This record gives sequence, structure tokens and C-alpha cells, in this order.
Amino acid sequence: MESKLNLNWSLVEKARNSAKNIAKDTQVFIDLHTTVTVERTVCRLLGIDGVDEVGVPIPNIVVENIKNGNGLALGAAMFIGNAMLETGLSPQEVSEKVAKGEMDLTKLPMHDAFEIKLAIDKVAKAMVTKITENRGKREAYLEEFGDKSGPYLYAIVATGNIYEDITQARAAAKQGADIIAVIRTTGQSLLDFVPFGATTEGFGGTFATQENFRLMRAALDEVGEELGRYIRLCNYCSGLCMPEIAAMGAIERLDVMLNDALYGILFRDINMQRTIVDQYFSRIINGFAGVIINTGEDNYLTTADAVEEAHTVLASQFINEQFALVAGIPEEQMGLGHAFEISPDVENGFLLELAQAQMAREIFPRAPLKYMPPTKFKTGDIFKGQVQDTLFNMVTIMTGQKLHLLGMITEAIHTPFMADRAISIDNAKYIFSTMKDLGSEITFKSGGIMETRVDEVLNKATDLIQEIEKEGLFSTLEQGKFAGIKRPLTGGKGLAGVVQKDKAYFNPFVELMLGGKK
Amino acid sequence: MSEGQYSLEVKEYDKNLDLTKLKPYGDTMNDGKVQVSFTLPVEDNERGVEAALQLARAMGLKDPNCAHHGSLDKDFTFYVIFGSLTHTVNYEEVHVQTVEVETMDMVEVGEYIKEHIKRDVVIIGASTGTDAHTVGIDAVMNMKGFAGHYGLERYPMIEALNLGSQVENEEFIKKAIELKADVLLVSQTVTQKDIHIQNLTNLVELLEAEGIRDKVVLICGGPRITHELAKELGYDAGFGPGKFAGDIASFAITEMVERGLA
Repeated sequence: MESKLNLNWSLVEKARNSAKNIAKDTQVFIDLHTTVTVERTVCRLLGIDGVDEVGVPIPNIVVENIKNGNGLALGAAMFIGNAMLETGLSPQEVSEKVAKGEMDLTKLPMHDAFEIKLAIDKVAKAMVTKITENRGKREAYLEEFGDKSGPYLYAIVATGNIYEDITQARAAAKQGADIIAVIRTTGQSLLDFVPFGATTEGFGGTFATQENFRLMRAALDEVGEELGRYIRLCNYCSGLCMPEIAAMGAIERLDVMLNDALYGILFRDINMQRTIVDQYFSRIINGFAGVIINTGEDNYLTTADAVEEAHTVLASQFINEQFALVAGIPEEQMGLGHAFEISPDVENGFLLELAQAQMAREIFPRAPLKYMPPTKFKTGDIFKGQVQDTLFNMVTIMTGQKLHLLGMITEAIHTPFMADRAISIDNAKYIFSTMKDLGSEITFKSGGIMETRVDEVLNKATDLIQEIEKEGLFSTLEQGKFAGIKRPLTGGKGLAGVVQKDKAYFNPFVELMLGGKK
Repeated sequence: MSEGQYSLEVKEYDKNLDLTKLKPYGDTMNDGKVQVSFTLPVEDNERGVEAALQLARAMGLKDPNCAHHGSLDKDFTFYVIFGSLTHTVNYEEVHVQTVEVETMDMVEVGEYIKEHIKRDVVIIGASTGTDAHTVGIDAVMNMKGFAGHYGLERYPMIEALNLGSQVENEEFIKKAIELKADVLLVSQTVTQKDIHIQNLTNLVELLEAEGIRDKVVLICGGPRITHELAKELGYDAGFGPGKFAGDIASFAITEMVERGLA
């Protein structure tokens, strides 16, 4: 591919290879471990759902029961399958007995492992078929309505009340939004369970629950049919329940999921062993369900400086790409992230943004890049904010970014009002139309500011990735090489939920969803 | 609706500035011009525009002009209205609480501590409760700082520790006791339905219960925090947008000396 920035392709190759080795090296650890949320995900995919009378999710009760009986190393599927053989009941019926304290899964006589797998496979295949059908439904919609060729306008709703979110989402879709992201309530990422049912209370967002997913999906399908467009739904597959939320999303046909390999470790202080194992299974599910994942590199720049730390964004994109490939996610589903976060006071800052975005476009040509709007330097001056968002919109259309998160003029003031979103959508539509082909009309000066800049960023990123390759990912995270945040191997939240697998460990979905890809 | 670019209206009002009857300024003293924008949950039609104008009048706007109205959805319409505000305030009688300490620079802060406190000052900060946003606390604490102002980590004679986001109040206090912190900084960035007020109040209550409220300088900050609000909630000071590490450090160390915490 010809580069508009005279990129050093051999360096790109080197960085990518090192990233591949990092992923391969980390996979050794992943393959030896499972976690409580991975096992709860297996339960959910076997159709286990609901809560007990005090609101504890049944998947949690089941996994807790197996863990207390020291059985988790074999996988939840083994014990559920065994109980099915023993009682002739379905996974849900078995689980309800466990929840009532009428059954202890690890105390039942163990049946033949082959028989257990056979019984489980039947249930697992039914779920996999359902997810495949969901994928088919999305594809049928896209076939019928056509898919957008330019950037997807990505709007967030965050009222805390799913029904109010639906009102906002419908309006946003009518104004032109292509993706609706329901921001999660702050703090959900640190819950080691997924709340249940429709919810109307949240702070800075709305709980991610399967019922909320279902309600929003139905509303967007309805408004989409009215508009003759497919409206994508996005949620957050991060925190302590990454794979569970991926499973819920696959079941309810979400289209986009925030799903970063390192984000939880760095920004939510979740234990690194836990996140690394969790992200793998969550990505297998997302890959299989046809979900576009969004990675969280933009967050580096909300803490670290966008000029000085630009190379950490690129390095993380390379690493996220390789972790995604291992989990069976094709490039077309990799919404690698970055952000327009250089201070407005930096001279030629726009050129640096343009260079970085163009570089990402060229290095990851098939990825639907996720581009985040200015937030850190939004001041509350909404008039200046409109200019910042306009510049950001220009970079997107000039460099072919795909998942375009709409900037809000009221960023730093409140969660968006309906009108804030409309103003932002108008701005983006205007810029995307009036500058539609600007990118393909211009070339950048050879040896100029932009070329020099990307060369520097690429060099530093490659150095960093090679260093990580040498040291190993875990030790790099311990030293604080990403976003300047240090995380200990055994620190953070959720380590108690990591379990070493037994040789006989069994999770039917890895094979069913990853198939021949592994 | 618009009356064109140039105002032809006769300006029959006193054009001298009178601080006892202060009102907004557009292009002529005392014209009272303001703009407001809002959404009404009704269809975009003439009746909606009239409703918007009536609301503007109820707000105290004389001769309101609906400069723009546009549909956001079938039953939601956005309005931009200009008008002349009839209300005034007496500026002479306006009093506000501000942090009244002269801001020292990084070097001066170091020297002040050496001279008056004679040991390292321990400052811990966090974005507490469910708030996951660290923009504010990072800007104040991290080495690099923000907009050309270094953060507290770089200050001499200050031992600064940023605990990051989503720190529970209980954990924050535990850490404060463990590190013998002199100054506690609490950041609240994103808030909905005034959760930050509850959270800030809760911290004060817990500090009092632990019996250490008097032993620390307690400061909060964030886009919606004012000094007045902070005082009301039981904090020693509050810092809103546009305040940097230097402002906070200057207040904190002066307060320590004044309260005999040195």
C-alpha cells in the first residue's frame, strides 16, 4: 500500500511481529487458567439466567457452589452436564435447585466425561445456533437497508433509566446517529456480577443488563425499520464481567462492544491475570457474534499527554490487534481506538492529530477505527467546544475513521441533553458532506511536519513493543510502561476469581466458536 | 421571525452603568440582551414557538425573539431565543466566599514549607465514590500537571499520592491514616442527580466519626464545585475550573500553619 506519510513499512512489520509474540507468550498463561466470570459465562450460554429471592444472579450462585466444592478447575460445564445426566433436568432447572440449596453440584456422583460432554454439547450447540441466527438477522437488515459507506455517527445515551435512554436513542437515530452506545452506570465495571432486569436508576449511565439490552435492541430495530437504516447498538464489555456481557450481547444482538485487553488493568485496577484471561473468552464470543470491538487506547490520552505518549497508543493498537486475532476476531471487527486529545494550545496540534489518524488508517487498513472526540480540553465554553468538535470531524473525514464518536459541546458540564446531541450530529453531517473527498484530493509534504511526526511515533512505538516482547506483558504493566500506571501482578481487584485449569477442564464454547481458527 | 441583522428599535432607556441595577450587556449599556436555548417536548410548529416565547417572557425576557427552532424528533423541538432581561441585581451588595490566599509558585511553596512546617507535607488525592474520572485529580497531582502548571508530585517538600478513581470513602480514610496525610484532596468530575453532594457529605461524616476531621486539611474540587459549596459541606476549601496545583498547595500549607497542624 502506498503511504501518504512515507511510512517505514519494515518497521511496521517489525512492530507487528513483536506484538504477535507478546500475544503468543501471554496466551500460554491464558490457556492454563479460567475465572469465575468465564465460568458464569458458560452458565449463561447454557441458558442459565435469573436471580434468587434476594437478587443474586443464578450464574453466580452456581459458580460459587462449584468453587466452594473445589470443582472450578474442571469448568462449570462439567458439573452442569453431570447434574443434567444425574437428574434429567435442564441446566436452568438444575441451577434453580442449586439456588434453593437443594443440590450441591460437586457432591453428585460423577458420570462418564464423554457422556457429560455429549449432553452439554447439545445445549451449547442450540445457543451457538441462536447466536448465528442473530448474526444472520443483522446481515439481513444490512442487506435490506444497505450499510453506510462513510463514518458511523456514534452517539451515547446515559440517563440512568433505560426507558428514558430509549426516548433519547430514538431521537438520536432520527437525527442521523448510526450507533447508539448506552453508557454504563459508573462503578458497574467493578461489580463481580451482572445486574438483572430492566433498570431505571443509575449514575452517569445505565446498568448493562440483558433485559436492558433487549429493550434497547427492540427500540432501535423499530426506529431503524421506520428510517430504513440499521441502527447499531453498543455497550461495554469491560470490567470484572467481560465475557458475561459479551455473551449477553451475543444473545441480544448487540453490534459493537467496548472490549480492550488492557483497559481494566490500567484504568479500573482490575488484576492483570484476571483481565487477560477474561478478555480472551469475551473476544471469542464477540468475534463469533460478528460484534465490532472497540479498544480503549483513547483513554491513555486522557491521563497521559497526547503529544508525548502518542506512541503508547500505537503500541497498544498493535497489541490489541494481535490479542483479537488470537481470539478469532477478524480485522473488519477491530475498532482500534485513538483520540483527538492534543491541547488546543499546541501549535500545529491539528497537523499532529491528522498525522496520527492517517498513520492508524494506513497501518490498520481494514480495521473500522474508533475515533474519540476531544474531552480533556473541553472547558465548558460551548462555543469553543463546537470549534474543537469541528476540527475533530475534519480529521475523521479526511482520514477515513469509521466509528466516529460524536463530540459534545457540553462535555465537562453534564451528560448530553437531546439538543446537544442534535447540534453535534448537524456539525458532523455538515463537515462529512462538505469535505467528503478532501482526503483523497490532498497529499502531504514530503519530509514535512506530518511525515516527521509519524516516523517519530512509529519508531518509539516499535521500541516500546520490542521492550515488552523482551520483558513480557505482565512485567511491563508492573513497571508502568502504559499510561504511566503501575499495576502489581497480584494486586487489583478480582484475582481471587482466577483458577488454574485441570487437564480435564471443559468449556464447549471455545471449540464451537473458535472452531478451526485456533 | 427574525428582524434582520441590524436593530432598528429605539433605545429608550438609561445608558449609564449603574452597578446597583446591573444587567447583561449586548452592544449597548443596559440593553439586557441574553440568549437562551432549550428543548420543549412538543412538535415543531407555530404553537410551539409561541410557547417558547411565553416561557422566555416568564423568565423575565422582554421582546423575546425566537431566532431558531428545529425538530429533534416528532415531539421534541429545540429553540434559540434572544431577548432583553428585565431583571437586575445590585452588584454592590453581592458577596461571595472565595479562597483568600495569595498563590505561591512551586519554589515559594517549597520554601514556605521549609520555613514554617519544617517537614514534608503529605497530600493524598482521589476521585472518590463511583466517579471513574481522573482528569481533575490528575491535572492537579500528576508530575506533568496541566496547562503549563506542574502537578503536586513535582513540588519540593510535598509528598503527593494520587489514589486514582473510584476510591471508596472508607478506603480513602484508611489510606489517609496509614500515610499520616496532612491534606486530603477529593475530586468529583462526573455527576448525575447530585450524587457528588451525597458522596462529599459522606466523607466528612466518616472523617468526623474517625475523629480526624480536625487533623487534616480537607479540600474538594471539580467542575461543579465552588468554594461556597465546599464550605457548606464542611470542607476547608473548594476549587473549581481554572485552579491549579499552586492554588491548592498555597491554600493547604497556609491553612496548616494557621490551624497549627504543622
